[in-house]
Amino acid sequence: MSALIENFDAIIAGFWSTIRLAAMSAVLSLLLGTLLVALRVSPVPVLRGMGTLYVTILRNTPLTLVLLFCALGISNTLQLNFDVEDPAFNGYWLAVLGLTAYTSTFVCETLRAGVNTVPMGQAEASRAIGLTFAQSMRMVILPQAFRAVIAPLGSVLIALIKNTTVVIVAGYAEAAFVMKDMLYESAGTVVMVFLGFAAGYMILTLPVGYLTGWLARRLAVRR
Amino acid sequence: MKYSGEPLVVLENVNKYFGDLHVLKDIDLAVGRGEVVVVIGPSGGGKSTLCRTINRLETIDSGKITLDGLPLPQEGRALARLRSEVGMVFQSFNLFAHKTILQNVTLGPVKVRKVPKAQAEQEAMALLERVGIASQAGKYPAQLSGGQQQRAAIARALAMRPKLMLFDEPTSALDPEMVAEVLEVMTDLAREGMTMIVVTHEMGFARSAARRVVFMADGQIVEESTPEEFFTEPRTERARDFLSKILRH
Repeated sequence: MSALIENFDAIIAGFWSTIRLAAMSAVLSLLLGTLLVALRVSPVPVLRGMGTLYVTILRNTPLTLVLLFCALGISNTLQLNFDVEDPAFNGYWLAVLGLTAYTSTFVCETLRAGVNTVPMGQAEASRAIGLTFAQSMRMVILPQAFRAVIAPLGSVLIALIKNTTVVIVAGYAEAAFVMKDMLYESAGTVVMVFLGFAAGYMILTLPVGYLTGWLARRLAVRR
Repeated sequence: MKYSGEPLVVLENVNKYFGDLHVLKDIDLAVGRGEVVVVIGPSGGGKSTLCRTINRLETIDSGKITLDGLPLPQEGRALARLRSEVGMVFQSFNLFAHKTILQNVTLGPVKVRKVPKAQAEQEAMALLERVGIASQAGKYPAQLSGGQQQRAAIARALAMRPKLMLFDEPTSALDPEMVAEVLEVMTDLAREGMTMIVVTHEMGFARSAARRVVFMADGQIVEESTPEEFFTEPRTERARDFLSKILRH
């Protein structure tokens, strides 16, 4: 217990980094995932192919590899950086890049399942009043698809929050990074440290689960 | 606008296949401005497909369809513009489930015709008044009866100020006591001179509102005549057979 109390400030700072990482990646993943699903259901074969290719590659690559590629491949080898002068800032955005690239594919596939719950007639009716494909997606199909998959999207967000721990391989200091340091320093209290951090992650993920469950019920589209 | 004989929609030699199935066979049909045409016939005979080709919800494999003298655009914005000028009413209503009745009616005018929102809402309320469901404007489709939903769907189509209205079995999914309220709205519309193509089995409506009945079976137009003639003295064996089946009970 004392190990947790002594390092309280560092733990809070670590979880704060986790929250910043997860929140930014969540927003960007939702945006990119929405764009990807629009590609995947579009009437243009080339766009559909691009969407499918991206999702297939990123979804089937281990996140560890994606994040290592961001840290080593993009940053070290290709020398593409957000800001070399500020390593923390640079590490943060490289991690966000990797998490977003990966998580957006799961958002896309979840949304695509949602699109499939929207009856064909909704798309036909929107075409019949003269909406273009993009308008029909934005105003009729996606709003209904989103509402149908709020709960599964919650699972994707929870997975994202926990996946931030993998950022450890890219060297950005979030909660798991702090924990690893603590485990080296206070070997006698390993179980306590583990439990403390597990509880910390639950404090972040449980509300996401409850909130999305509540929203799913509240916003369900009645047919 | 009354029927003038000047054609608004012309189908020439239209053919369509679903895989190996030849669903429309050499269809020739002209519908005049202000004319009400009822398309009747056994299910699977191509009536709905015919109706849906006219706003290109179904593409055709050969032949030509013109609206107001212009061929139907293939795709893109030109096609969207064409569709905005052709109202469509579906068997299953297809109201936007996540929008209120009022929002359903104003979406097209605001987003496609670029009518200011306040004006669109005013016009939408007038239309809802006309189809008798103004008091339901703030509700969602699932809260309305089938008859009310279909009347809302008609209002949604009319809000685009279409040149032509297509009705694809508008009363087939309704409970019997709700059929009348929808037919009444359609009859009023016909009387006001709207050009209408109506796929239906409602003979009462055909008799009171249609100028012409088109009998379709097996992907072909088998017979065309006035409602009176068609229902009392059908010329073809196929039509007699069909009518005997629907009239027997």
